Amino acid sequence: MKTKFLNVFDPLKNQRVELMDKNGKVLNEKLMPKLSDKQVIEAYKLMNLSRRQDEFQNKVQRQGRLLSFLSSTGQEASEVGYAYPLIKGKDWFVPGYRNNAAWLTVGMPMRNIMLYWMGNEYGSKSPEGVNSLPPNIIIGSQYSHATGIAFAEKFKKTGGVALTTTGDGGMSEGETYEAMNFAKLHELPVIFVCENNKWAISTPYAKSTKAINIAVKGIGVGVPSIKVDGNDFFAVYAVVEEALDYARNGNGPVLIECDTYRLGAHSSSDNPKIYRPEDEFQDALTKDPLIRIKNYLINKGVWDDKKQEKLDKEQDEFISNEFDYAEKNKNYPLEDVFNFIYAEKTPELEEQYKEAKEFFEKYPEAKGGHH
Amino acid sequence: MPKILNNVKAVSEALDVAMDKWKEVVVYGEDAGFEGGVFRATEGLQAKYGEERCFDAPISEALFAGLAIGMSLNGLKPVVELQFEGLGWASLQNILGHMGRMRNRTRGKYPTPVVIRMPMGGGIRALELHSEAMEAIYAHTPGIKVVCPSTPYDTKGLILAAIDSPDPVIVFEPTKLYRAFKQEIPDGFYTVPIGEAFKIQEGNDLTVVTYGAQTVDCQKAIESFEEKNPDKTIELIDLRSLKPWDKKMICDSVKKTGRLLVVHEAIKSFSISSEIIASVNEECFEYLKAPLSRCTGYDIVIPFDSGEGYHQPNPIRIQAKIEDVLNYKF
Ligand SMILES: Cc1ncc(C[n+]2csc(CCOP(=O)(O)OP(=O)(O)O)c2C)c(N)n1
Repeated sequence: MKTKFLNVFDPLKNQRVELMDKNGKVLNEKLMPKLSDKQVIEAYKLMNLSRRQDEFQNKVQRQGRLLSFLSSTGQEASEVGYAYPLIKGKDWFVPGYRNNAAWLTVGMPMRNIMLYWMGNEYGSKSPEGVNSLPPNIIIGSQYSHATGIAFAEKFKKTGGVALTTTGDGGMSEGETYEAMNFAKLHELPVIFVCENNKWAISTPYAKSTKAINIAVKGIGVGVPSIKVDGNDFFAVYAVVEEALDYARNGNGPVLIECDTYRLGAHSSSDNPKIYRPEDEFQDALTKDPLIRIKNYLINKGVWDDKKQEKLDKEQDEFISNEFDYAEKNKNYPLEDVFNFIYAEKTPELEEQYKEAKEFFEKYPEAKGGHH
Repeated sequence: MPKILNNVKAVSEALDVAMDKWKEVVVYGEDAGFEGGVFRATEGLQAKYGEERCFDAPISEALFAGLAIGMSLNGLKPVVELQFEGLGWASLQNILGHMGRMRNRTRGKYPTPVVIRMPMGGGIRALELHSEAMEAIYAHTPGIKVVCPSTPYDTKGLILAAIDSPDPVIVFEPTKLYRAFKQEIPDGFYTVPIGEAFKIQEGNDLTVVTYGAQTVDCQKAIESFEEKNPDKTIELIDLRSLKPWDKKMICDSVKKTGRLLVVHEAIKSFSISSEIIASVNEECFEYLKAPLSRCTGYDIVIPFDSGEGYHQPNPIRIQAKIEDVLNYKF
């Protein structure tokens, strides 16, 4: 297959795909993806929505109304960039846990995402037509799961591609290599993304690996690998679009490193101030992916402050409505903790369920503070 | 035409029947494709069904299990072979951390009906880490079913039931029994229901519950005991399914005999026998004529060949335990 990016930008030379500078000025018109203004605005709206949801969730988390969550702030261009070109209902998204913007993009209802962070399993059930696995907490295994899904796509000839993602820290897990190795052996339609946001909780990139970049980690197992400016929506989109096409046409997997930065804390219980150099953070703020694409749209004359104000207001209202819904619906009946362990309850579970039911009917206060 | 097969051939036969019946069955493992695995359990399947459906996997146990999860939630029925139980610990992360949980995490949307087969247990004069019997770890895990057949009939029937099951199933195949004996088994498709034990023989004075390679040891021990004690009869039950297990059959039997001995080679503490004894105690206390008892491996690192005889129950040890239980006086 003729490519514009794969095997052109060489990770061994630390080359990186960049299509737009930090002020939103296009650097390479020829390589820009073919997207209408309407589509770019739609993508921008998703990025903006995720950013505002992060801010909102930070607020309610401090009020104790959300258990915890891991924000996508700073990584929206990567996440919307790789999720936007996926075909709904056909391709698969196999996430890690820091993928808010991507979840919204693949069609995960915001209320589900909120339910998940409130500690309700219904939040991780994707609706019909949305092929997304739940957030993955055990780092590394999503690469295997995506590979298995891709194996099934190829086997059934259903034409879908699985896209999975982890962080720079996650690329130290052996399972990521095992999965890439197998995916290449079987030429499976799977895109491995690494969002290199430079930090694994408090462990910096330099203490995770000596590799010059993440993309080179695919080369040892024969997987075409590429590094892209992860704060540039167009660069991510264009590379992923090509990679999807490549994988869909039977050429096998691709590894994409999105070179980005985590602007927020690791999680709502982490304080980056104690380990993150202030100048590094200040520098990262000047590369905020949201500002960059917004400037692009303003330069093009299709966006302005008034539109932004209106959008923010609409989105804030939407976010707060979704949260209200989630908060009102976060509890479920006792039987649901027994119902989904096996296809049918085993005799042991049936017995234990009966015992628990009798007990909680007699002592409803024993259910604890959340009900 | 019924066939006369040993246990390992019964595995092949089950996989053959399954691959023929369901085109979404995929079989893989280290050396499982061309050669048919180190025990030849998958011999002939690649030649018959092609490399896409039966293949060698690179040595990457974490991947095997994770891969199967992805395959199964996207419509395939993967049957994975681990080369030896003790060499598969890297797969535990996916088995315990994902396979057992995915149905629940997604409120039923993505069940993971994977089958993982592994040779287990000692008595084969093997290298270190080739004789482990750690079935309790798997049985302890919510969302997973565990079976351990001891005869060719059950091996075929339970593997087919496992592949047919909507839940993930771990199949423990006692290595020592792979080629120990043959049995006539039916042709074609049949299943042995997961969760049902098998009564090998009826008796009135003691219930012996076991599974895997110890079914054979128990039969020998009981035969020799009954020869010397013609007034006593012992009921012998092969558990077959470790989770869920047939509590009803065992409790009914203990209610009749008043005595129980559980036999397995796995480590004693926090084991399958711990669970059975605790449950029988809850259900049958007023019927008991002696303390519930067990004959198991010790809580030790499985010894190499030279020390293995100290660890595994054998007919002499089992017979001594039978005598202890029957001679018990309050
Ligand atoms: C197997 C495993 N080990 C440890 C953890 C605990 N943990 C959660 S997040 C994290 C850091 C991950 O960093 P990275 O992969 O760079 O992703 P990021 O959070 O920066 O997006 C760790 C160690 C885990 N979730 N899974």
